[in-house]
Amino acid sequence: MIGIRVIQPGILSLLQDQGRFGLHSIGLTTGGPMDKKAFRWANRLCDNSADCATLEITVGGLSLESEIHSWIAVTGADTALSINRKPVALWQSHPIAPGDRIELGYATHGSRNYLAVAGGFQSQACFNSQSTVTRERLGGLHQDGTALQAGDALPCSDMGQPKHLLRLPSALLSKVGTEKTALRVVLGYQQDAFTSLQKQLFFSSQYSITESSDRMGYRLQGPAIKPAIDGILSEGICLGAIQVPADGQPIVLLSDRQTIGGYPKLGSVLSLDLDRLAQQLPGSQINFKPISIEQAHNALLLDEQQFLNTQLEVIHV
Amino acid sequence: MTSTKYSISVAGENALIVYFGKQPNAVIAQQIAQTTAYLRQSIGTVLIDLVPSYASLLVIYNPLETDHHHIRAAIRTALSETTTEQEANQGSLITLPVYYSEESGPDLQSLADRKGLSVAEVIAIHQQTEYRVYAIGFAPGFAYLGEVDQRIACARLATPRQNVPAGAVAIADRQTAVYPAPSPGGWNLIGLCPEPMFNPNTEPTMPVQVGDRVRFKAITREQFLDRNGVLP
Repeated sequence: MIGIRVIQPGILSLLQDQGRFGLHSIGLTTGGPMDKKAFRWANRLCDNSADCATLEITVGGLSLESEIHSWIAVTGADTALSINRKPVALWQSHPIAPGDRIELGYATHGSRNYLAVAGGFQSQACFNSQSTVTRERLGGLHQDGTALQAGDALPCSDMGQPKHLLRLPSALLSKVGTEKTALRVVLGYQQDAFTSLQKQLFFSSQYSITESSDRMGYRLQGPAIKPAIDGILSEGICLGAIQVPADGQPIVLLSDRQTIGGYPKLGSVLSLDLDRLAQQLPGSQINFKPISIEQAHNALLLDEQQFLNTQLEVIHV
Repeated sequence: MTSTKYSISVAGENALIVYFGKQPNAVIAQQIAQTTAYLRQSIGTVLIDLVPSYASLLVIYNPLETDHHHIRAAIRTALSETTTEQEANQGSLITLPVYYSEESGPDLQSLADRKGLSVAEVIAIHQQTEYRVYAIGFAPGFAYLGEVDQRIACARLATPRQNVPAGAVAIADRQTAVYPAPSPGGWNLIGLCPEPMFNPNTEPTMPVQVGDRVRFKAITREQFLDRNGVLP
Protein backbone atom coordinates (compact mmCIF):
# COMPACT_ATOMS: atom_id res chain seq x y z
CA MET A 1 0.00 0.00 0.00
CA ILE A 2 1.34 3.42 -0.86
CA GLY A 3 0.33 6.39 1.23
CA ILE A 4 2.38 9.22 2.62
CA ARG A 5 6.18 9.44 2.40
CA VAL A 6 8.30 10.83 5.26
CA ILE A 7 10.75 13.43 3.92
CA GLN A 8 11.89 14.72 7.34
CA PRO A 9 10.78 12.97 10.52
CA GLY A 10 11.21 15.96 12.86
CA ILE A 11 12.44 15.71 16.44
CA LEU A 12 10.19 12.84 17.53
CA SER A 13 7.25 11.66 15.46
CA LEU A 14 5.45 8.49 16.50
CA LEU A 15 2.49 6.52 15.18
CA GLN A 16 -0.14 6.53 17.93
CA ASP A 17 -3.63 5.12 18.13
CA GLN A 18 -5.64 5.00 21.37
CA GLY A 19 -3.10 2.64 22.92
CA ARG A 20 -2.63 -0.95 23.97
CA PHE A 21 -5.05 -2.21 26.63
CA GLY A 22 -5.51 -5.35 28.72
CA LEU A 23 -1.82 -6.30 28.57
CA HIS A 24 -0.45 -4.90 31.83
CA SER A 25 -0.33 -8.46 33.21
CA ILE A 26 2.49 -9.30 30.80
CA GLY A 27 4.24 -6.01 31.54
CA LEU A 28 3.11 -3.96 28.52
CA THR A 29 2.29 -0.29 29.03
CA THR A 30 -0.56 1.44 27.18
CA GLY A 31 1.28 3.98 25.04
CA GLY A 32 -1.19 6.08 23.08
CA PRO A 33 -1.48 9.85 22.67
CA MET A 34 -0.11 12.17 25.38
CA ASP A 35 -2.81 14.78 24.58
CA LYS A 36 -5.89 12.59 24.12
CA LYS A 37 -8.23 15.44 23.37
CA ALA A 38 -6.12 16.81 20.51
CA PHE A 39 -5.76 13.23 19.19
CA ARG A 40 -9.53 12.71 19.27
CA TRP A 41 -10.23 16.02 17.51
CA ALA A 42 -7.73 15.18 14.76
CA ASN A 43 -9.62 11.97 14.01
CA ARG A 44 -13.03 13.64 14.16
CA LEU A 45 -11.89 16.37 11.77
CA CYS A 46 -11.08 13.62 9.25
CA ASP A 47 -14.42 11.81 9.83
CA ASN A 48 -12.42 8.92 11.30
CA SER A 49 -13.45 6.45 13.96
CA ALA A 50 -11.93 7.10 17.39
CA ASP A 51 -9.41 4.25 17.12
CA CYS A 52 -7.64 5.39 13.93
CA ALA A 53 -3.85 5.75 14.13
CA THR A 54 -2.41 9.28 13.84
CA LEU A 55 1.05 10.80 14.03
CA GLU A 56 2.09 12.38 17.31
CA ILE A 57 4.68 15.04 16.45
CA THR A 58 6.68 16.36 19.40
CA VAL A 59 8.15 19.87 19.00
CA GLY A 60 7.70 19.71 15.19
CA GLY A 61 9.93 19.73 12.13
CA LEU A 62 7.95 17.14 10.15
CA SER A 63 7.86 17.11 6.35
CA LEU A 64 5.73 14.65 4.35
CA GLU A 65 4.89 14.00 0.71
CA SER A 66 1.53 12.58 -0.27
CA GLU A 67 1.19 9.80 -2.85
CA ILE A 68 -2.61 9.69 -2.58
CA HIS A 69 -5.82 11.70 -2.78
CA SER A 70 -7.20 12.12 0.72
CA TRP A 71 -7.54 14.72 3.46
CA ILE A 72 -5.64 15.48 6.66
CA ALA A 73 -6.08 17.50 9.84
CA VAL A 74 -3.52 18.70 12.37
CA THR A 75 -4.41 19.61 15.97
CA GLY A 76 -2.51 20.38 19.17
CA ALA A 77 0.32 22.86 19.76
CA ASP A 78 0.51 26.21 17.91
CA THR A 79 2.68 25.25 14.94
CA ALA A 80 2.87 26.58 11.39
CA LEU A 81 1.36 24.11 8.90
CA SER A 82 1.68 24.41 5.15
CA ILE A 83 0.67 22.42 2.11
CA ASN A 84 2.87 23.15 -0.91
CA ARG A 85 4.28 26.16 0.99
CA LYS A 86 0.82 27.69 1.38
CA PRO A 87 0.02 28.24 5.09
CA VAL A 88 -3.12 26.41 6.19
CA ALA A 89 -5.02 26.31 9.48
CA LEU A 90 -4.74 23.79 12.29
CA TRP A 91 -7.97 22.31 13.73
CA GLN A 92 -9.39 21.94 10.23
CA SER A 93 -9.25 19.28 7.51
CA HIS A 94 -7.50 19.94 4.17
CA PRO A 95 -7.48 17.99 0.90
CA ILE A 96 -4.19 16.43 -0.25
CA ALA A 97 -3.19 15.04 -3.65
CA PRO A 98 -0.23 13.05 -4.99
CA GLY A 99 2.92 15.16 -4.90
CA ASP A 100 1.64 17.53 -2.22
CA ARG A 101 4.24 18.55 0.34
CA ILE A 102 2.92 18.79 3.91
CA GLU A 103 5.20 20.71 6.26
CA LEU A 104 4.91 21.33 9.97
CA GLY A 105 7.20 23.96 11.54
CA TYR A 106 8.27 24.11 15.18
CA ALA A 107 5.76 24.61 17.98
CA THR A 108 5.59 28.19 19.25
CA HIS A 109 3.15 27.39 22.07
CA GLY A 110 2.62 23.88 23.38
CA SER A 111 4.72 20.92 22.33
CA ARG A 112 2.71 18.18 20.61
CA ASN A 113 0.72 18.00 17.39
CA TYR A 114 -1.50 15.25 16.01
CA LEU A 115 -1.78 14.63 12.30
CA ALA A 116 -4.69 12.46 11.19
CA VAL A 117 -5.39 11.25 7.67
CA ALA A 118 -8.77 10.09 6.39
CA GLY A 119 -9.15 6.38 7.19
CA GLY A 120 -6.14 6.47 9.52
CA PHE A 121 -2.62 5.13 9.08
CA GLN A 122 -2.66 1.36 8.59
CA SER A 123 0.60 -0.21 9.65
CA GLN A 124 0.69 -3.72 11.09
CA ALA A 125 -0.68 -3.79 14.63
CA CYS A 126 1.35 -5.16 17.51
CA PHE A 127 -0.85 -6.58 20.31
CA ASN A 128 -3.93 -4.98 18.67
CA SER A 129 -2.40 -1.51 18.52
CA GLN A 130 -0.14 0.52 16.26
CA SER A 131 1.00 2.71 19.18
CA THR A 132 4.77 3.16 19.30
CA VAL A 133 6.47 2.49 22.64
CA THR A 134 10.19 3.13 22.20
CA ARG A 135 11.14 1.75 25.61
CA GLU A 136 9.44 -1.59 24.89
CA ARG A 137 10.65 -1.77 21.27
CA LEU A 138 7.03 -2.37 20.30
CA GLY A 139 4.58 -0.94 17.78
CA GLY A 140 4.97 1.75 15.18
CA LEU A 141 5.57 1.42 11.45
CA HIS A 142 8.17 -1.35 11.82
CA GLN A 143 6.60 -2.94 14.96
CA ASP A 144 9.88 -2.35 16.80
CA GLY A 145 9.19 0.89 18.64
CA THR A 146 11.26 3.09 16.33
CA ALA A 147 10.22 6.68 15.65
CA LEU A 148 9.55 7.83 12.07
CA GLN A 149 12.62 7.96 9.83
CA ALA A 150 13.25 9.81 6.59
CA GLY A 151 12.12 7.60 3.70
CA ASP A 152 9.44 5.73 5.69
CA ALA A 153 6.25 5.07 3.72
CA LEU A 154 3.18 5.48 5.92
CA PRO A 155 0.43 3.21 4.59
CA CYS A 156 -3.00 4.83 4.18
CA SER A 157 -5.81 4.49 1.66
CA ASP A 158 -6.52 6.68 -1.36
CA MET A 159 -9.84 8.24 -0.34
CA GLY A 160 -10.40 10.41 -3.43
CA GLN A 161 -11.59 14.00 -3.09
CA PRO A 162 -13.29 15.03 0.17
CA LYS A 163 -17.00 15.85 -0.15
CA HIS A 164 -16.67 18.42 2.58
CA LEU A 165 -14.08 19.64 5.05
CA LEU A 166 -14.52 20.10 8.79
CA ARG A 167 -13.41 22.82 11.17
CA LEU A 168 -13.46 23.21 14.95
CA PRO A 169 -15.94 26.01 15.85
CA SER A 170 -14.09 29.30 16.39
CA ALA A 171 -15.61 29.72 19.87
CA LEU A 172 -13.84 26.54 20.97
CA LEU A 173 -10.65 27.28 19.08
CA SER A 174 -9.92 30.38 21.15
CA LYS A 175 -10.00 28.28 24.34
CA VAL A 176 -7.68 25.51 23.21
CA GLY A 177 -4.52 25.24 25.32
CA THR A 178 -4.92 28.60 27.06
CA GLU A 179 -6.22 27.38 30.41
CA LYS A 180 -3.70 27.89 33.18
CA THR A 181 -5.72 26.41 36.04
CA ALA A 182 -4.34 23.98 38.60
CA LEU A 183 -4.10 20.30 37.66
CA ARG A 184 -6.84 18.37 39.46
CA VAL A 185 -5.72 15.42 41.61
CA VAL A 186 -7.75 12.50 42.94
CA LEU A 187 -6.05 11.55 46.22
CA GLY A 188 -5.41 7.84 46.62
CA TYR A 189 -2.89 5.02 46.93
CA GLN A 190 -0.55 5.85 49.89
CA GLN A 191 -2.09 9.29 50.55
CA ASP A 192 -2.41 8.38 54.26
CA ALA A 193 1.40 8.10 54.44
CA PHE A 194 1.64 11.84 53.71
CA THR A 195 0.74 14.07 56.68
CA SER A 196 -1.81 16.83 56.16
CA LEU A 197 1.06 19.31 56.37
CA GLN A 198 2.91 17.51 53.54
CA LYS A 199 -0.26 17.50 51.44
CA GLN A 200 -0.82 21.20 52.13
CA LEU A 201 2.74 21.90 51.03
CA PHE A 202 2.19 19.95 47.80
CA PHE A 203 -1.10 21.66 46.93
CA SER A 204 0.09 25.19 47.80
CA SER A 205 3.41 25.02 45.91
CA GLN A 206 4.48 25.71 42.36
CA TYR A 207 6.42 22.93 40.63
CA SER A 208 8.47 23.34 37.49
CA ILE A 209 8.72 20.71 34.77
CA THR A 210 12.31 19.45 34.45
CA GLU A 211 14.27 18.39 31.36
CA SER A 212 13.91 14.76 32.49
CA SER A 213 10.34 14.61 31.24
CA ASP A 214 9.19 12.31 28.48
CA ARG A 215 6.33 10.05 27.42
CA MET A 216 6.99 7.85 30.47
CA GLY A 217 6.59 10.61 33.04
CA TYR A 218 7.15 14.25 33.91
CA ARG A 219 9.68 14.85 36.66
CA LEU A 220 8.90 17.96 38.67
CA GLN A 221 11.04 20.23 40.80
CA GLY A 222 9.84 22.20 43.79
CA PRO A 223 9.42 21.91 47.55
CA ALA A 224 10.23 18.32 48.58
CA ILE A 225 7.39 16.36 50.11
CA LYS A 226 8.18 13.39 52.33
CA PRO A 227 5.93 10.43 53.00
CA ALA A 228 6.27 8.66 56.35
CA ILE A 229 7.36 5.49 54.51
CA ASP A 230 10.44 4.84 52.35
CA GLY A 231 9.08 2.39 49.84
CA ILE A 232 6.29 -0.03 49.23
CA LEU A 233 5.93 -3.44 47.61
CA SER A 234 5.82 -2.80 43.87
CA GLU A 235 2.23 -2.35 42.76
CA GLY A 236 0.19 -1.40 39.68
CA ILE A 237 0.47 2.19 38.44
CA CYS A 238 -2.48 3.93 36.79
CA LEU A 239 -2.37 6.84 34.34
CA GLY A 240 -1.46 10.14 35.99
CA ALA A 241 -0.17 8.60 39.23
CA ILE A 242 2.01 10.98 41.26
CA GLN A 243 4.92 9.03 42.71
CA VAL A 244 7.29 10.50 45.25
CA PRO A 245 10.80 9.02 45.34
CA ALA A 246 13.21 9.50 48.25
CA ASP A 247 14.29 12.99 47.10
CA GLY A 248 10.70 14.23 47.56
CA GLN A 249 10.41 15.53 43.98
CA PRO A 250 7.14 14.27 42.45
CA ILE A 251 6.91 12.43 39.13
CA VAL A 252 3.62 12.34 37.19
CA LEU A 253 3.40 9.06 35.26
CA LEU A 254 2.06 9.24 31.71
CA SER A 255 1.28 7.18 28.60
CA ASP A 256 4.47 5.05 28.51
CA ARG A 257 4.67 4.60 32.31
CA GLN A 258 6.07 1.42 33.86
CA THR A 259 3.21 -0.95 34.79
CA ILE A 260 4.40 -1.52 38.38
CA GLY A 261 6.59 0.46 40.75
CA GLY A 262 7.63 0.72 44.39
CA TYR A 263 7.59 4.43 45.26
CA PRO A 264 4.83 5.88 47.47
CA LYS A 265 2.08 7.64 45.52
CA LEU A 266 -0.13 10.54 46.57
CA GLY A 267 -2.92 9.97 44.04
CA SER A 268 -3.42 10.61 40.36
CA VAL A 269 -3.89 13.64 38.11
CA LEU A 270 -7.24 13.83 36.29
CA SER A 271 -6.77 12.62 32.70
CA LEU A 272 -8.41 15.77 31.28
CA ASP A 273 -5.61 17.80 32.86
CA LEU A 274 -2.87 15.43 31.66
CA ASP A 275 -3.73 16.61 28.13
CA ARG A 276 -2.71 20.14 29.18
CA LEU A 277 0.34 18.89 31.11
CA ALA A 278 1.54 16.98 28.03
CA GLN A 279 1.62 20.27 26.07
CA GLN A 280 3.88 22.00 28.64
CA LEU A 281 7.59 22.36 28.08
CA PRO A 282 10.43 21.95 30.59
CA GLY A 283 10.66 25.07 32.75
CA SER A 284 6.88 25.62 32.85
CA GLN A 285 5.34 26.13 36.27
CA ILE A 286 2.39 24.04 37.36
CA ASN A 287 0.35 23.55 40.51
CA PHE A 288 -2.24 21.10 41.78
CA LYS A 289 -5.56 21.03 43.58
CA PRO A 290 -7.38 18.08 45.17
CA ILE A 291 -10.79 16.89 43.98
CA SER A 292 -12.95 14.00 45.12
CA ILE A 293 -13.47 10.85 43.08
CA GLU A 294 -17.09 11.99 42.57
CA GLN A 295 -15.98 15.38 41.23
CA ALA A 296 -13.55 13.57 38.91
CA HIS A 297 -16.34 11.32 37.68
CA ASN A 298 -18.65 14.28 37.00
CA ALA A 299 -15.90 16.20 35.19
CA LEU A 300 -15.18 13.21 32.94
CA LEU A 301 -18.85 12.67 32.06
CA LEU A 302 -19.43 16.38 31.41
CA ASP A 303 -16.35 16.67 29.23
CA GLU A 304 -17.32 13.60 27.22
CA GLN A 305 -20.83 14.98 26.60
CA GLN A 306 -19.39 18.33 25.51
CA PHE A 307 -16.99 16.59 23.14
CA LEU A 308 -19.69 14.37 21.62
CA ASN A 309 -22.23 17.22 21.37
CA THR A 310 -19.89 19.68 19.67
CA GLN A 311 -20.89 20.07 16.04
CA LEU A 312 -17.97 20.69 13.72
CA GLU A 313 -18.37 23.45 11.13
CA VAL A 314 -18.79 22.06 7.63
CA ILE A 315 -16.91 23.74 4.79
CA HIS A 316 -18.35 22.80 1.40
CA VAL A 317 -15.81 22.21 -1.34
CA MET B 1 -11.39 -16.02 51.93
CA THR B 2 -13.38 -14.50 54.78
CA SER B 3 -10.42 -14.70 57.14
CA THR B 4 -8.27 -12.54 54.89
CA LYS B 5 -7.83 -8.90 55.76
CA TYR B 6 -7.95 -6.85 52.61
CA SER B 7 -8.57 -3.20 51.86
CA ILE B 8 -9.69 -1.32 48.76
CA SER B 9 -8.33 2.17 48.00
CA VAL B 10 -8.88 4.69 45.24
CA ALA B 11 -5.85 4.86 42.92
CA GLY B 12 -7.14 7.40 40.40
CA GLU B 13 -10.21 8.53 38.45
CA ASN B 14 -10.56 5.08 36.83
CA ALA B 15 -8.74 2.68 39.14
CA LEU B 16 -9.10 0.99 42.52
CA ILE B 17 -6.33 -0.95 44.23
CA VAL B 18 -6.95 -3.98 46.45
CA TYR B 19 -4.35 -4.68 49.14
CA PHE B 20 -4.21 -8.30 50.34
CA GLY B 21 -1.54 -7.99 53.01
CA LYS B 22 1.72 -6.35 53.98
CA GLN B 23 4.11 -9.05 52.76
CA PRO B 24 3.89 -11.38 49.78
CA ASN B 25 3.46 -15.09 50.39
CA ALA B 26 2.13 -18.14 48.57
CA VAL B 27 -1.42 -17.79 49.94
CA ILE B 28 -1.65 -14.13 48.94
CA ALA B 29 -0.16 -14.87 45.52
CA GLN B 30 -2.85 -17.46 44.96
CA GLN B 31 -5.65 -15.17 46.20
CA ILE B 32 -4.49 -12.47 43.80
CA ALA B 33 -4.32 -14.91 40.89
CA GLN B 34 -7.85 -16.18 41.61
CA THR B 35 -9.34 -12.72 42.15
CA THR B 36 -7.71 -11.53 38.92
CA ALA B 37 -9.22 -14.44 36.98
CA TYR B 38 -12.65 -13.93 38.59
CA LEU B 39 -12.77 -10.17 37.91
CA ARG B 40 -11.64 -10.64 34.33
CA GLN B 41 -14.87 -12.61 33.82
CA SER B 42 -17.25 -10.78 36.14
CA ILE B 43 -16.61 -7.09 35.39
CA GLY B 44 -17.14 -7.44 31.64
CA THR B 45 -16.56 -4.77 29.03
CA VAL B 46 -16.16 -1.87 31.48
CA LEU B 47 -12.91 -3.48 32.65
CA ILE B 48 -9.87 -1.88 31.02
CA ASP B 49 -7.02 -3.75 32.71
CA LEU B 50 -5.85 -5.61 35.80
CA VAL B 51 -2.38 -5.35 37.33
CA PRO B 52 -1.64 -8.12 39.81
CA SER B 53 1.51 -7.61 41.87
CA TYR B 54 3.19 -8.81 45.09
CA ALA B 55 0.34 -8.18 47.52
CA SER B 56 -2.04 -5.99 45.53
CA LEU B 57 -4.30 -5.91 42.51
CA LEU B 58 -4.96 -2.72 40.53
CA VAL B 59 -8.37 -2.73 38.82
CA ILE B 60 -8.70 -0.23 35.96
CA TYR B 61 -12.21 0.46 34.60
CA ASN B 62 -13.99 2.73 32.14
CA PRO B 63 -15.31 5.63 34.27
CA LEU B 64 -17.68 6.76 31.51
CA GLU B 65 -19.64 3.51 31.83
CA THR B 66 -19.42 2.66 35.52
CA ASP B 67 -18.20 4.13 38.80
CA HIS B 68 -16.07 3.12 41.76
CA HIS B 69 -19.09 1.97 43.81
CA HIS B 70 -19.97 -0.69 41.25
CA ILE B 71 -16.36 -1.81 40.91
CA ARG B 72 -15.97 -2.01 44.71
CA ALA B 73 -19.05 -4.24 44.84
CA ALA B 74 -17.64 -6.46 42.07
CA ILE B 75 -14.34 -6.76 43.95
CA ARG B 76 -16.09 -7.69 47.24
CA THR B 77 -18.09 -10.34 45.41
CA ALA B 78 -14.94 -11.73 43.81
CA LEU B 79 -13.21 -11.89 47.19
CA SER B 80 -16.10 -13.73 48.80
CA GLU B 81 -16.57 -16.13 45.89
CA THR B 82 -12.96 -17.27 45.58
CA THR B 83 -11.66 -19.76 48.09
CA THR B 84 -8.00 -20.52 48.41
CA GLU B 85 -7.30 -22.04 51.81
CA GLN B 86 -7.03 -25.61 50.54
CA GLU B 87 -5.69 -24.63 47.18
CA ALA B 88 -2.79 -22.44 48.10
CA ASN B 89 -0.38 -24.59 46.12
CA GLN B 90 -2.22 -24.17 42.84
CA GLY B 91 -1.00 -22.24 39.85
CA SER B 92 0.83 -24.02 37.05
CA LEU B 93 4.28 -25.43 37.75
CA ILE B 94 6.78 -24.43 35.06
CA THR B 95 10.31 -25.81 34.93
CA LEU B 96 12.89 -23.56 33.31
CA PRO B 97 16.23 -25.03 32.14
CA VAL B 98 19.37 -23.11 33.11
CA TYR B 99 22.94 -23.45 31.93
CA TYR B 100 24.81 -22.41 35.10
CA SER B 101 28.49 -21.69 34.50
CA GLU B 102 31.01 -18.93 34.73
CA GLU B 103 30.78 -18.29 30.97
CA SER B 104 26.97 -17.92 31.18
CA GLY B 105 26.81 -16.46 34.70
CA PRO B 106 29.59 -13.90 35.20
CA ASP B 107 28.59 -13.14 38.83
CA LEU B 108 28.46 -16.78 39.97
CA GLN B 109 31.98 -16.79 41.45
CA SER B 110 31.72 -13.43 43.19
CA LEU B 111 28.29 -14.31 44.62
CA ALA B 112 29.71 -17.59 45.94
CA ASP B 113 32.68 -15.72 47.46
CA ARG B 114 30.47 -13.13 49.13
CA LYS B 115 28.20 -15.79 50.62
CA GLY B 116 31.03 -18.12 51.69
CA LEU B 117 29.82 -20.93 49.43
CA SER B 118 31.21 -22.89 46.51
CA VAL B 119 29.85 -22.22 43.01
CA ALA B 120 28.35 -25.72 43.02
CA GLU B 121 26.50 -24.94 46.27
CA VAL B 122 25.04 -21.70 44.84
CA ILE B 123 23.80 -23.62 41.78
CA ALA B 124 22.30 -26.39 43.96
CA ILE B 125 20.54 -23.96 46.32
CA HIS B 126 19.06 -21.93 43.43
CA GLN B 127 17.41 -25.13 42.13
CA GLN B 128 16.07 -26.30 45.50
CA THR B 129 13.36 -23.65 45.87
CA GLU B 130 9.97 -23.67 44.21
CA TYR B 131 9.44 -19.99 43.37
CA ARG B 132 6.22 -18.00 43.01
CA VAL B 133 5.63 -15.50 40.22
CA TYR B 134 4.90 -12.46 42.40
CA ALA B 135 4.72 -9.79 39.72
CA ILE B 136 5.37 -9.07 36.05
CA GLY B 137 6.63 -5.66 35.03
CA PHE B 138 9.76 -3.50 34.58
CA ALA B 139 9.92 -4.70 30.96
CA PRO B 140 7.61 -6.84 28.79
CA GLY B 141 7.73 -10.39 30.15
CA PHE B 142 9.94 -9.67 33.17
CA ALA B 143 8.67 -11.97 35.97
CA TYR B 144 9.70 -11.36 39.59
CA LEU B 145 10.15 -14.73 41.32
CA GLY B 146 10.42 -15.22 45.06
CA GLU B 147 11.70 -16.03 47.45
CA VAL B 148 15.36 -16.81 47.00
CA ASP B 149 16.97 -18.85 49.80
CA GLN B 150 18.60 -16.49 52.31
CA ARG B 151 21.93 -18.33 51.81
CA ILE B 152 22.24 -17.04 48.21
CA ALA B 153 20.27 -13.76 48.54
CA CYS B 154 22.59 -11.04 47.31
CA ALA B 155 22.40 -7.25 46.88
CA ARG B 156 22.32 -5.69 43.40
CA LEU B 157 25.60 -4.71 41.72
CA ALA B 158 26.99 -1.32 42.76
CA THR B 159 27.16 -0.36 39.08
CA PRO B 160 24.46 -1.83 36.83
CA ARG B 161 25.56 -3.44 33.56
CA GLN B 162 24.82 -1.60 30.32
CA ASN B 163 23.93 -4.87 28.62
CA VAL B 164 22.43 -7.94 30.23
CA PRO B 165 21.77 -10.63 27.57
CA ALA B 166 18.32 -12.12 26.92
CA GLY B 167 17.81 -15.28 28.97
CA ALA B 168 20.11 -14.17 31.80
CA VAL B 169 19.11 -15.82 35.09
CA ALA B 170 19.72 -13.40 37.91
CA ILE B 171 19.38 -12.76 41.63
CA ALA B 172 18.69 -9.50 43.47
CA ASP B 173 18.06 -9.69 47.22
CA ARG B 174 15.48 -12.44 47.71
CA GLN B 175 14.21 -12.27 44.14
CA THR B 176 15.24 -14.12 41.01
CA ALA B 177 14.29 -13.60 37.36
CA VAL B 178 15.07 -14.41 33.75
CA TYR B 179 15.73 -11.32 31.59
CA PRO B 180 13.29 -11.62 28.65
CA ALA B 181 15.27 -9.30 26.35
CA PRO B 182 18.67 -7.61 26.31
CA SER B 183 18.57 -4.62 28.65
CA PRO B 184 20.58 -2.70 31.23
CA GLY B 185 20.39 -4.34 34.65
CA GLY B 186 21.95 -4.53 38.09
CA TRP B 187 21.06 -8.07 39.15
CA ASN B 188 23.69 -10.78 39.78
CA LEU B 189 23.93 -13.04 36.72
CA ILE B 190 24.27 -16.77 37.48
CA GLY B 191 23.30 -18.55 34.25
CA LEU B 192 21.36 -18.51 30.99
CA CYS B 193 17.93 -19.94 30.17
CA PRO B 194 17.42 -20.95 26.51
CA GLU B 195 13.60 -20.64 26.67
CA PRO B 196 12.09 -17.35 25.45
CA MET B 197 10.34 -15.54 28.32
CA PHE B 198 8.50 -13.15 26.01
CA ASN B 199 7.62 -13.68 22.37
CA PRO B 200 5.04 -11.34 20.83
CA ASN B 201 4.43 -13.84 18.02
CA THR B 202 3.37 -16.82 20.14
CA GLU B 203 0.25 -17.54 22.17
CA PRO B 204 0.68 -17.33 25.10
CA THR B 205 3.40 -14.72 24.82
CA MET B 206 4.91 -15.75 28.17
CA PRO B 207 5.48 -19.21 29.72
CA VAL B 208 4.40 -17.91 33.18
CA GLN B 209 1.79 -15.67 34.76
CA VAL B 210 1.38 -14.14 38.21
CA GLY B 211 0.55 -16.86 40.74
CA ASP B 212 2.36 -19.65 38.85
CA ARG B 213 5.20 -21.67 40.39
CA VAL B 214 8.63 -21.97 38.82
CA ARG B 215 11.50 -24.41 39.30
CA PHE B 216 14.93 -24.14 37.73
CA LYS B 217 16.76 -27.22 36.43
CA ALA B 218 20.42 -27.30 35.46
CA ILE B 219 21.31 -28.30 31.90
CA THR B 220 24.71 -28.80 30.29
CA ARG B 221 26.41 -26.54 27.80
CA GLU B 222 25.52 -29.03 25.02
CA GLN B 223 21.85 -29.14 26.06
CA PHE B 224 21.80 -25.33 26.18
CA LEU B 225 23.19 -25.07 22.64
CA ASP B 226 20.84 -27.85 21.40
CA ARG B 227 17.93 -25.73 22.59
CA ASN B 228 19.18 -22.83 20.47
CA GLY B 229 20.70 -21.08 23.45
CA VAL B 230 23.12 -18.29 22.54
CA LEU B 231 26.28 -17.68 24.56
CA PRO B 232 27.35 -14.04 24.94
